[in-house]
Amino acid sequence: MTDLTKMTLSGALDGMAKGEFSSVELTQAHIDACKASTKLNAFITDTHDLALEQAKASDARRASGTVGKLEGAPLGIKDLFCTEGVKTTAGSKILGDFTPTYESTVSANMKADGMVMLGKLNLDEFAMGSSNETSAFGPVINPWRKDEDLVPGGSSGGSASAVAADLCLGATATDTGGSIRQPASFTGTVGIKPTYGRCSRWGTVAFASSLDQAGPIAKTVKDSAILLESMAGYDAKDSTSINADVPDWSASCGQSVKGMRIGIPKEYAIDGMPADIQALWDQGIEWMKAAGAEIVPITLPHTKYALPAYYVVAPAEASSNLARYDGMRYGLRVDGKDLTETYELTRTEGFGDEVRRRIMIGTYVLSAGYYDAYYLRAQKVRTRIVQDFENAWETCDAILTPTAPSAAFAVGRKVSDPVQMYLNDIFTVTTNLAGLPGISVPAGLDKNGLPLGLQIIGRAMDEATVFKAAAALEDAAGFKAKPEKWWV
Amino acid sequence: MFIAPRVADEKDWIVTDTGPWEIIIGLEVHAQVASKSKLFSGSATGYGSAPNTQVSLVDAGMPGMLPVVNEFCIEQAVKTGYGLNAKINLFSRFDRKNYFYVDLPQGYQISQFEHPIVGEGEIEILPIDGDGNVGEPVTVGIERLHLEQDAGKSVHDLSPDETYVDLNRCGVALMEIVSKPDMRTPEEASAYVEKLRGIVRALGTCDGDMEKGNLRADVNVSVRRPGGELGTRCEIKNVNSMRFIRQAINFEARRHIDIIEAGGEIDQETRLFDSVKGETRTMRSKEDAHDYRYFPDPDLLPIKLEQSFVDKIKANLPEMPDVRKARFMSDYGLPEYDARILTSDKTKADFYEVVAKGRDPKIASNWTMVEFFGALNKSGLELEDSLVSADALGCLIDRILDDTISGKIAKGVFEKMFAGEGTADEIIERDGLKQVTDMGTIEAMVDKVIADNAGQAEKAKENPKLLGFFVGQVMKASQGKANPQAVNKILREKLGL
Repeated sequence: MTDLTKMTLSGALDGMAKGEFSSVELTQAHIDACKASTKLNAFITDTHDLALEQAKASDARRASGTVGKLEGAPLGIKDLFCTEGVKTTAGSKILGDFTPTYESTVSANMKADGMVMLGKLNLDEFAMGSSNETSAFGPVINPWRKDEDLVPGGSSGGSASAVAADLCLGATATDTGGSIRQPASFTGTVGIKPTYGRCSRWGTVAFASSLDQAGPIAKTVKDSAILLESMAGYDAKDSTSINADVPDWSASCGQSVKGMRIGIPKEYAIDGMPADIQALWDQGIEWMKAAGAEIVPITLPHTKYALPAYYVVAPAEASSNLARYDGMRYGLRVDGKDLTETYELTRTEGFGDEVRRRIMIGTYVLSAGYYDAYYLRAQKVRTRIVQDFENAWETCDAILTPTAPSAAFAVGRKVSDPVQMYLNDIFTVTTNLAGLPGISVPAGLDKNGLPLGLQIIGRAMDEATVFKAAAALEDAAGFKAKPEKWWV
Repeated sequence: MFIAPRVADEKDWIVTDTGPWEIIIGLEVHAQVASKSKLFSGSATGYGSAPNTQVSLVDAGMPGMLPVVNEFCIEQAVKTGYGLNAKINLFSRFDRKNYFYVDLPQGYQISQFEHPIVGEGEIEILPIDGDGNVGEPVTVGIERLHLEQDAGKSVHDLSPDETYVDLNRCGVALMEIVSKPDMRTPEEASAYVEKLRGIVRALGTCDGDMEKGNLRADVNVSVRRPGGELGTRCEIKNVNSMRFIRQAINFEARRHIDIIEAGGEIDQETRLFDSVKGETRTMRSKEDAHDYRYFPDPDLLPIKLEQSFVDKIKANLPEMPDVRKARFMSDYGLPEYDARILTSDKTKADFYEVVAKGRDPKIASNWTMVEFFGALNKSGLELEDSLVSADALGCLIDRILDDTISGKIAKGVFEKMFAGEGTADEIIERDGLKQVTDMGTIEAMVDKVIADNAGQAEKAKENPKLLGFFVGQVMKASQGKANPQAVNKILREKLGL
């Protein structure tokens, strides 16, 4: 039998539909792969027994004629999504043994569609990080390896690593400033952050509420479309959820991009851009042109203010969102001599350095006397960024940029320099600030043989165009490289 | 920051050796929205449930939980805004007020800071002093009304070294109504709260129950030389009765004056009112004041109200206390004092209108206010819990008007009705209180009294004032049941007056 873990999600769904193999067989193959890949540290919690039960139930459903969109597909869930009866950590010590009594809307949608859950995927603590090194459960290792351990990017490092290493057919992820797209770029996978409001945030541990958005990491553009179709949808429990139907995005993949206007923002050609990345971007432009798209130079003049604005807004919201982790009702508690000391000890012990840093920054920028200078100004920048894109949409239908300013880097290399680390988000934060969909497609390898991604940004609610352009890019790039299985 | 142009009447000044002072008072009233579910979750809001039985995942601040605004509460806030003659803001927004405490699971309270749902308004109050004298009307400005979540309850006295937390109240919708510093006497302050209570009860947006804490006031007090520069204010938290509001203000004003006169300065601080000792004490000083780090709650969208939505609410408002008071004066011919007392509360006004239906309005008013409200006050019962219905009180009045019993007997009957002994007719029948109107019976009683007091009867011709003595004797003999007019008439004849 062929190695079932090499399959794409759509291929596996077809295979099960044709009766070539069962969900139990498919799931077992992935469980075996997971068990052999603990060196990657992609999972925080394995749910292999549960997965086999779900696979059996799925096969039974299929036999009785009920087939969901993700029927029988073994997938991974980022450990930021609350899962009923399964420990949920957010990559932090502070949640202790917290086991939710509820299921996040996104994972509940996927369950309802027949998903098989292999386990909870590692991530940067509370999704704060660009290398997956801030996880309280140790760093995730990128399966792409040259001489030394590389980071998979972050915060959805576990999701990206697991998909790249064929440990699951696809995974959920979340993106606040690039946490889906940058790891996808670092691992040769596809990752899409949909329009803000497409996926319900209910039951997903919050980092920065106005920026957080769930999306999938997958092996192909089409797989990511299939996953997103299941994850997305209106949810009355999230006031920021958008009440709109979920289109058939997988049908958009493969449609012609003839006549599509692709904008190229000059501000994304930053100083110090690695030559390989600039070259890949240029190549991407040629590919799109060759596919029949029209290339349009555009300007997004406030781009350079996006990253600083992001690093004000996101920590501000985070400082408030994380206030609930106080040791009183669930999770870690370190008793002190009085209430204040209990708070201090609990939160000092429970949160890692990066989370504490962002809580401090967020608290500072919201403080009396600083609010106007930081938070308010950042919100004004945000309005300008939104306006930049609005103006751009008058002349283009989608925007092509690099996903990240570098390929995967060595574990430990940037961890001591937060600003260097934050610069990873430079091409991705703009879409979070503007609430737009953005996808990273693996497009080539750098001079060291490491994967690089290109990003397509679309109009709000226009994921269809994003998928169409991304599939064309994927097709043109013909990215087939896979990491060597050094970890087995 | 504040301007307080109005100067108190001279009679309201506090005069000490150093000269006169006036008190400047502003209030922040928290009125719990009469809603079955909380402001941002579907949890029930019933009072008196077992601890932590009305707590949803959202209320408990569980990871990933999100607030969803309860539209009913928005509607109640708009309604109340109209009751306060205030501007309704079609755009408003929820903000987070960040601080740590055990009864605040999210680590922030969702409130409205920059953009409240209701803006400026004003209401007119009529302060009444301790002797029941109605003062001049005072207009009190409303600064704003905003919606916010209540916190849970920390219980410190169940254990010597542990605090227990009940989250039932956590997330319940409150309307915070902020006045301008327009009040100058403790009586004005309590009249203001009374007025607010009447308005929200008339609207049905809050039950106004102060004992349950469903309506409570934070009182801001400062003193100044009449018309002079404003002093430093102190905020007294959670004062929950009209009497306590007056006590707290009196104590606090005196405390300020004493400190200033001793050469000290007032610290701007938050204080607690100790109702047992009748005094206020420091809760936290300005240095301990929190920096709440307000910012717009990113989990919630701004509230954008349609003009048609608020117009519809406005068109369906019930009769407000001021309008009702005017109607009571014109339609029933009641004096202002009666009209004001009767319309201060919707249920009281409704009660009166049933009593007054088809009866003399002034007699109905007297019986409602003096006897009925008096009995309620004395017993501490709420009108809703009274055993005497408006119809039952009306029947009692009918028995006076149709001469079945005298007014004096009626008071005794009322007491028994209030104690739950039955209807007026049942009690009159049971106790044989029916007025004696039979002339023969009365004549016999008169004859007996005259015979028993022959000497006095002789003197009566010279001294007509003795008539009163004879009336009293006959009434006594009849146990109060003889018709007084008949007794008078027959006595005059028999005594030859």
